[in-house]
Amino acid sequence: MSTAFTARVDAALADRTLKIAIDRTTGTARSKRAAAVAAWPHFQQARALGRDIKAHVTANLAHYLAEFERNAIASGAQVHWARNAEEACEIVIGLCRQAGARSVTRAKSMLGEEIGLPHALAEAGIERVETDLAEHIVQLAGDTPSHIVWPALHKTREQVGELFRANHADPGALASVEAMVGSARRQLRAKFMAADVGISGANFLIADTGAICTVTNEGNAELTTTPPRVHIVTAGIEKLVPSLSHAMSLLRLLVRSATGAELTQYTTFHCGPKRAGDADGPQAFHIVLVDNGRSKMLTDGLAEMLSCLRCGACLNHCVVYRHIGGHAYGGTYPGPMGSVLTPVLDGLETSNDLPKACTLNGQCQEVCPVMIPLPTLLRGWRDRSWREGLEPATVRGAVWAWRLMVMRPGLYRLATRIAVPMMRLFARRGWIAAMPLAGGWTRHRDFPAPARQTFMDQIRQQRGQS
Amino acid sequence: MVAIVGQTKNIALSARGRKNVSVTSIDTPRVGLFVTCLVDAMRPRIGFAAIALLEAAGCVVDIPQRQTCCGQPALNSGDHDGTVAIAQQTIALLEGYDHVVIPSGSCAATICGHYPELFPVGSPWYERASALAGKTFELISYLADIRHWSPDRVALAAHATYHDSCSGLRELGIKAQPRRLLAGVAGLSITEMEGAETCCGFGGTFCVKYPSISNAIVDEKASHVTASGAGLLLGGDLGCLMNMAGKLHRSGSPVRAFHAAEVLAGMADGPAIGEEP
Ligand code: SF4
Repeated sequence: MSTAFTARVDAALADRTLKIAIDRTTGTARSKRAAAVAAWPHFQQARALGRDIKAHVTANLAHYLAEFERNAIASGAQVHWARNAEEACEIVIGLCRQAGARSVTRAKSMLGEEIGLPHALAEAGIERVETDLAEHIVQLAGDTPSHIVWPALHKTREQVGELFRANHADPGALASVEAMVGSARRQLRAKFMAADVGISGANFLIADTGAICTVTNEGNAELTTTPPRVHIVTAGIEKLVPSLSHAMSLLRLLVRSATGAELTQYTTFHCGPKRAGDADGPQAFHIVLVDNGRSKMLTDGLAEMLSCLRCGACLNHCVVYRHIGGHAYGGTYPGPMGSVLTPVLDGLETSNDLPKACTLNGQCQEVCPVMIPLPTLLRGWRDRSWREGLEPATVRGAVWAWRLMVMRPGLYRLATRIAVPMMRLFARRGWIAAMPLAGGWTRHRDFPAPARQTFMDQIRQQRGQS
Repeated sequence: MVAIVGQTKNIALSARGRKNVSVTSIDTPRVGLFVTCLVDAMRPRIGFAAIALLEAAGCVVDIPQRQTCCGQPALNSGDHDGTVAIAQQTIALLEGYDHVVIPSGSCAATICGHYPELFPVGSPWYERASALAGKTFELISYLADIRHWSPDRVALAAHATYHDSCSGLRELGIKAQPRRLLAGVAGLSITEMEGAETCCGFGGTFCVKYPSISNAIVDEKASHVTASGAGLLLGGDLGCLMNMAGKLHRSGSPVRAFHAAEVLAGMADGPAIGEEP
C-alpha cells in the first residue's frame, strides 16, 4: 500500500475521538435506516424500480439531457455545459463576476466539492459563506467533508462547541446542540440576506419540466437560493430523471437510506427565475451541467455507478469506513462509492489502494437503494490495476509463484507437505506468535499452528489412494 | 410519462442468496468434496467432519486428488488471466460429480458466483462454469437445504455464538441453515452477538495487505464475541475463524473456535482452533 494512504489510515486509527464521532452518527443512521426499511414491505421492489429508473436514464442520457436543456431554457433558466472541473469553476466564477458578486452563499453540494469550487471562489477573491450547518463547521475548521451526507461527521459536538466559541461573534453558552445551532444561526442569518449569488447543487434534474430538486433538513438551501439576485446550480449530468414521478420514487429511497426519515424537512423544486407576480426568487437562474469523467464512465464499465443517489448508506455500513473515516480515503467521496469514483476523478495511479482496501464483504451493495454492485465495480478497478501493471512487483511475484503451484497439483502437494511442518517449528502450544513473512498477520493476532499433516496426505494414507 | 420496464416483477423478495441452483434430486448423489486450500493445510479435521456429515446425509463422497485452490487470491488481486486458468482447471476437475460440496461459503461463492462471470456469456467455458455453479454448494446449506439432513444424537454442552461470514451470507443466502442445524445439537445454546453479520476483517489477502485496518475491524469483532458471553465461537469459513480466534487468543480471551461442521459431526470434543490435541 502507498505510504500516503498508510499515513492517513494510521492517523485515523490512532484518533479515538474520530471513532467515537463516526460511531455516533453512523450508528444512528444504521438503526434508523433499518427501522425505515422494516416498515416498508415493498422495499426490495422499490430498490429494483429505483435501479431500473436510473439504468434507463443512463442508457438514454443524451436524450434526457437534451430534453432537460430544452425545458429548462423554456422556463427561463440559462444552461451551461462543463466538460470538466476547471470549466465548471470558470463558468461559476464568470457568472459571479458578471453579477458583481462580492459574497456568495453556498448550500452543501458534493459536486461543488468535487470540482473544487470552494478553492476556486477563494482564488477569485469572492467571499464564500457555507450555509449548511455541517459545511459551516467544516469551513470554520479549514477542513474538508468526511461524509457525503454529514460533512462534519468527524467532529464531535464537543469539538464543534470549541470551534464556535473561537469563531462566532455571539456564541452564548453553547450548552446544548440547540444552543449551538442558535449561535450558528445568529452568525449566518445576516450573510444569507446580504449575498449577491446563491450556489446550490441538485438532487434531481427533471427532464420533462426543466426543474431541479434539492433536499435538505435545515432549510438553508431555500435561504441560499431565494434571496440572492442570482441562483447558480451545479449538477452532475447523472442527476437526470425523466419526470417528477420518477424523482418521487427515488426520493423515497434516497431519504430513507440516508437518514431513515420518510422525507427530508425541505424538498424544494426550482423551475426558472422569478416570474412577474412571483413573491420571491432570483432574477437569474443558471444551471451548470458537469460531466467531469461521467460520460467516460459509460464506456469504462462503470455505467452502474452513475445511478448513485449520494445517500451515504454504503459509507454508514462499511466496516472499513467506520474505522478509518472519510479523510483517510484522500478523495472527495469516501467509503465504497468513493473507492469506485476516486480513481475516475483522480486517476488510478494515485488512488489504487482504495479498491483494494476493502474486504469485499458486500454490505454496501446490500444496502444500496439502487442496487449498485459496488464490490463488482471495485473488482473491476483491481483487474485494471493488475492489467496496467500498477501492482507492486512483490505482489505480482507472490501471486505468480502461488499460481505456479496451484496449477501443478503434484508440486502443490509436495510444497504443502514441506511447508506445513515448517510452520509448526514456530508454534508454541498451538499458536504462532511470530513467523517470517507473516508479520502482517502476527503483528496483531496469533496464527493457529497447522495440523501435523495436510488433509490430502491424511486422506491418501487412509484411503490408500495415490 | 416514460414507463420504465425492468425486471421488477420477477425479483426475489430477499436481497440475498443465489439464483442459479439447478439440482435434480438424487437419492445417493456422488459428491465431490473440495476441502479448500486452507482446510487442507491448516485444519484437516474440518475435511473429515465434512466427509462424516455427507455420508450421514446419504452421499457417496469422493475426494478429487488433484484439487488445490479455487483461485480466490488471484481473483481478488485482479489477476484475471490467472483466475481463468485456475477456474478452468477446477471446472475440469469437478464437473463430473453429481454435486460439489465445499466447507466454506467464500470458496463456494467463488465457484457459484464468480466462475461464470470469468467467461463470455454463451461460450463453451461459460456453459461449463455455469453448469458447475448450479450444482456446487457450501456444506452446511447443502446438508440443510438439499439433503434435508438434521443432526441426530449429537450432543455438546456449550454456549456458543455464530459469525455469519460475508460471502456465504450475502452471495449464497446462508443464515438460517447453520442455526437450524445447530439447534438440533443437544445441550448447545446459541446467543447472537452484536454485529453477527458484520465482516470480521479477514477478507483473504486484505488482512495482510492492510493489516492495521484489518486489526481494527477484528478487534471490534472480538469484543462483540466476548460481550456475547459465549464460550464457543462458531462459523462456516476457516479463514474468518482463524482471524477471529487469533485475535481472541492474542487478547487473552478464553473463547474457543470451531467450524460448525465439527460441532455437527460430534467432533467438538477435540481441540479447538489453535489447541494442540
Ligand atoms: S452507492 Fe448506493 S448506497 Fe452508496 S451513496 Fe450511492 S446510492 Fe447510496
